[in-house]
Amino acid sequence: MIENGKPIHLQARAVIPGSAQGEALVTNSPLSFWGGICSETGEIIDRRHDKSGEIVTGKIFVFPNGRGSSTSSAILLECIRAGTAPAAIINSQVDSAMALGSIVADELYGKSVPVLLLSDEDFSGLCDGDFVHINPDGRIDISRQRRDPNGSQ
Amino acid sequence: MTVHLSRNDQQMLDGHFGPGCQMAMRIVVRLAEACGVTELMDVTQAHIDGCGLLSESSLLFAETLAGKGAKVSIPTTLSMGPLDLQNWRKFNIDSSFAQKAIRQGRAYESMGCIPTWTCAPYQSYLTPRFGQQIAWGESNAVVYANSVLGARTNRYADFHDICAAITGRVPRCGLHLHENRKGQVLFQITDIPAEAMQGDDFYSALGYLIGVRTLNQIPIIVGMSAGVTGDNLKALGAAAASSGSVMLFHAVGITPEAATLDQACHGDKPRQVIEVTPQDIQRARSELSTAAKTEHLDAVILGCPHFSFDEFRQLAECIRTSQAEHIAPETRFIVKTSRTSYSLIQHNKMLDLFEGFGVEITLDTCVFHTPLLGPGTKVIMTNSGKCAYYAPGELGVRVAFGSMRQCVDSAVRGCV
Repeated sequence: MIENGKPIHLQARAVIPGSAQGEALVTNSPLSFWGGICSETGEIIDRRHDKSGEIVTGKIFVFPNGRGSSTSSAILLECIRAGTAPAAIINSQVDSAMALGSIVADELYGKSVPVLLLSDEDFSGLCDGDFVHINPDGRIDISRQRRDPNGSQ
Repeated sequence: MTVHLSRNDQQMLDGHFGPGCQMAMRIVVRLAEACGVTELMDVTQAHIDGCGLLSESSLLFAETLAGKGAKVSIPTTLSMGPLDLQNWRKFNIDSSFAQKAIRQGRAYESMGCIPTWTCAPYQSYLTPRFGQQIAWGESNAVVYANSVLGARTNRYADFHDICAAITGRVPRCGLHLHENRKGQVLFQITDIPAEAMQGDDFYSALGYLIGVRTLNQIPIIVGMSAGVTGDNLKALGAAAASSGSVMLFHAVGITPEAATLDQACHGDKPRQVIEVTPQDIQRARSELSTAAKTEHLDAVILGCPHFSFDEFRQLAECIRTSQAEHIAPETRFIVKTSRTSYSLIQHNKMLDLFEGFGVEITLDTCVFHTPLLGPGTKVIMTNSGKCAYYAPGELGVRVAFGSMRQCVDSAVRGCV
């Protein structure tokens, strides 16, 4: 993995193709959007989740897969309508609810959120705060700031 | 990646059966492509979860499909909706919310869905048979259908469910296929006496623990008491589908694809063996609780998933043996159920007992989808692992987890 400001590239499968860019919000814990994300605010509200309290809006939201409820697609759709959705979603396992929320948003509102699938190995290379650029063919460009030797970023 | 379409599939996609069916088929095919599945297959029954949540977009989706003339092509039941359609005024539900909820309900009913309005359809009407290929939504219904009934379904997300019901077609993948139903992680119940397995809360705690430990693998449970009831398995599955992604479990000697451990594992060995001890169950119970003991209790919530007739009978027994006349004045006691179970208790003296004790019974819906609890609600108590898992985030409350009897006793005292 190349760091220190140089971009690195990963190739994902574009489950729902599209372009997006933003800061990465990364978790290794699965998340159910229903019971997990507030569609009005974009906040992670699963109080048992390690990212509880963070806002997904506009972020490249990186989480392994959905969990639990089958209503997650409806929450993603409502987030897209309300403008609180992540800029893109990157998973390590196919989550049909994420794909579906995005497909239905396209059907109803003509807008969707790109959903990408990475191998487990590439998935573990993404870090919080990475600046991520997503291309329609599934290529992901990442730039990472040099870490301050004093520990803060 | 191209999805192989039958002649009939292509006709649906081309709009031969109307624009509603066309839109549904387009979503089915786009989703199959997105998930990398190239074959579709038939399903012969559906259960819709997409009718549960009310939002601007969910209402638009339902009215768009209905407005385009879509009709379900297979028998289709409805999960709980966003409103108690008969009693919403009694619960002081905001009228503009109610009007939208009624519109969403009408849209689904106009597409030909059966108005069961329950998240426990397997205890209500049109129970699927062993091996039947179905398209069900609602995570607890999915895990029950797969595990306890031996029907075959993936977890159909909201919107996919109705599209499957309209087209009768789904991507051929996942738990529809025998080879993907093999048990993977073995949970061995150890040193837990049979009496301890009789409490309703035991199965919620066990399910929570299994969900946390297996995530999205298929668990096998060995050592469960043979006296386990359908309601126990309902509680277990609902909790496991909430804390994890469990869509199928095998309980050896109890569920239909697990007469033996060997059958549950399809002749292989489990990848992992996890012992479940009384300490593990105790830890699961405390993880499900976020409220402190002796805190003021605002509401008990039972019926997640929807209460069955048997659970009402147990509740009546708990109330009688509590020897209390009424719950504490500042505490509510809410039970969620289906029209079907309610119709059974209507002709029984239990209703008088419940009313006298202060129990509020709500039909068709769920506290997570309808604004039944006032903003002052801070602490709730439940015997449901699913409700305990989601309540802190969805309802912004602290939750106490306990048995049905403990819920009754706490409601009488007015504190956890």
